[in-house]
Amino acid sequence: MDEPIETRAPVIEPGYTLGSVTDKISSIVLTRPTSNAWFVGFGLMFLLTMMLLFAMGYLFVKGVGIWGVTIPIGWGFAIVNFVWWIGIGHAGTLISAILLLLRQSWRNSINRFAEAMTLFAVACAGIFPAIHVGRPWVAYWLFPYPNTMNVWPQFRSPLVWDVFAVSTYATISALFWFIGLIPDLATLRDRSEERWKKIIYGMLAMGWRGSARHWHRYETAYLLLAGLATPLVLSVHTVVSFDFAVGIVPGWHTTIFPPYFVAGAIYSGFAMVLMLAIPIRKIYKLEDFITERHLQNSAKVMLATGLIVAYGYGIEAFMGWYSGNRYDAFLLWNRLHGPYSFFYYMLLICNLGIPQVLWISKLRSSPLWLFLVSLVVLVGMWLERFIIVVVSLHRDFLTSSWGMYYPTRWDWMTYIGTIGMFLAAMFLFVRILPMISIFEMRTLLPEAEVKE
Amino acid sequence: MKRTKAYGLMAEFDSVNSLVDAANRTREAGYKRIDAYSPFPVEGLAEAIGFHHDEVPLVVLIGGLIGGLSGYLMQYWISVVGYPVNVGGKPYHSWPAFIVPTFELTILFAGIFAVFGMLALNGLPMPYHPVFNVPRFAFATKDRFFLIVFSSDPKYNPVEVRRLLESFGPRSISEVPD
Repeated sequence: MDEPIETRAPVIEPGYTLGSVTDKISSIVLTRPTSNAWFVGFGLMFLLTMMLLFAMGYLFVKGVGIWGVTIPIGWGFAIVNFVWWIGIGHAGTLISAILLLLRQSWRNSINRFAEAMTLFAVACAGIFPAIHVGRPWVAYWLFPYPNTMNVWPQFRSPLVWDVFAVSTYATISALFWFIGLIPDLATLRDRSEERWKKIIYGMLAMGWRGSARHWHRYETAYLLLAGLATPLVLSVHTVVSFDFAVGIVPGWHTTIFPPYFVAGAIYSGFAMVLMLAIPIRKIYKLEDFITERHLQNSAKVMLATGLIVAYGYGIEAFMGWYSGNRYDAFLLWNRLHGPYSFFYYMLLICNLGIPQVLWISKLRSSPLWLFLVSLVVLVGMWLERFIIVVVSLHRDFLTSSWGMYYPTRWDWMTYIGTIGMFLAAMFLFVRILPMISIFEMRTLLPEAEVKE
Repeated sequence: MKRTKAYGLMAEFDSVNSLVDAANRTREAGYKRIDAYSPFPVEGLAEAIGFHHDEVPLVVLIGGLIGGLSGYLMQYWISVVGYPVNVGGKPYHSWPAFIVPTFELTILFAGIFAVFGMLALNGLPMPYHPVFNVPRFAFATKDRFFLIVFSSDPKYNPVEVRRLLESFGPRSISEVPD
């Protein structure tokens, strides 16, 4: 299993030139005919998006009573899904910003679609806090703005911090994605045959011409943005974890939450990256650019962050016993033996058990195995948020206030609808924008080296 | 519209090394108003054409300071002056709680300034530029490298510039119409 460095799969298969890299990636957008399979896939996801809009429309008419939320479980699927989606987004920023600062050049072939994934995941996440407030038409009250009521947000609340963290994260992710696209949009402008495509890509490229002065400022801005996005992405899930940790509910009130949430976010995010990368590289024949090396590296990140998550579970269980607090001890007992214990065991199997197969090098480079393990991890991380939100709330201090949570069809329609919206956006993205950063791929080629 | 002067003279190269070399030698020959175009960022190329002052970091710093200060002061004003609410006996000026939105707004403003500052300093968006009139220039976003000497250079003389560019062995030389 210990391979010498030389035999590792390359980041990009040999034999490519500046021209052939450009043609291969841009032709997917410009000349490749749209297949029937794409229309079927996009059509199905579009229908799910319509289902989401229907579920939301009915929610606006009837109110949150159509959901399964009741007292004591006032935070149901909406918050579970919010945390799940925003966590998935984190891998995109990790790949584009943190790996850029660490000079991990293998990221160049996966950063573009990982950033797109971030953007769409944050869009799905953003829906939930806005619609779960009960009166979504006044969701803008979350932001501080001068109003005739003379009322302002209360800045000692983590929920208000979250508004700032998530909206900053969405804005910076969109900017980072767009700035990365500018040189590639110029490539598409110059490669298109049709006039209308030239005009659209030309407008979006804003007249980029690759001047050395422009590149210099561009690289500075890109690097600084990466430096800003790095602490930002770590702060976002930290603040999300404060939403829980600042509360006094057993199962929420722990100091392990920030690092454990961030690790879990990257864990699920890399699972989503793999679940998207594996079919994309196969369908669009990009195995030369998204190589075994990328799969191996992503699997290793998943393995490492999965172990941090395991440590988090371990500490939670340990503190249940060591704190001597009867409510914390009961929480642990309730997870293992309570009415939702099935989900807790499933969580342990999905997040701690099955992913350990990634220790085997052969499975780490098998696309099919990685796809299946990633699916298991995504399910597991969803269950983790379900355990944190629902199981903690359903039995707190007073037995008289215990209850059960049963999601309704509207909860499921909203959740599955956001998956449809996410995938519909991904389908559109791979058809109209270059899914691999062309100019960053060029820098990986031997041709791009400047001899001293 | 009839112009007597071209916008500049442009040479096309096959490799990044010829471009860097040509840019260095053109600058050394005393030309000041020159530019180089490449399909990816090239280390040392900006220095080769004599570009040294990158103001982007300063712009980002200013953005970050504006974001951080306005974020903190906004929270201070709201919580102490505009709408003081007693929450669990915490002081109105609960500075540790204000750190998180201050941090987020610092990042937000610095990031916005980085992107829009970079675009503004580069003079973008600029849909029209004379270099686009050269048909071969479409390859500047693929696999070709271009060097231009602008006619606004005080030393500009079409014959001499052409002779200099030819000495670098370019693939082609074209006059850029204004």
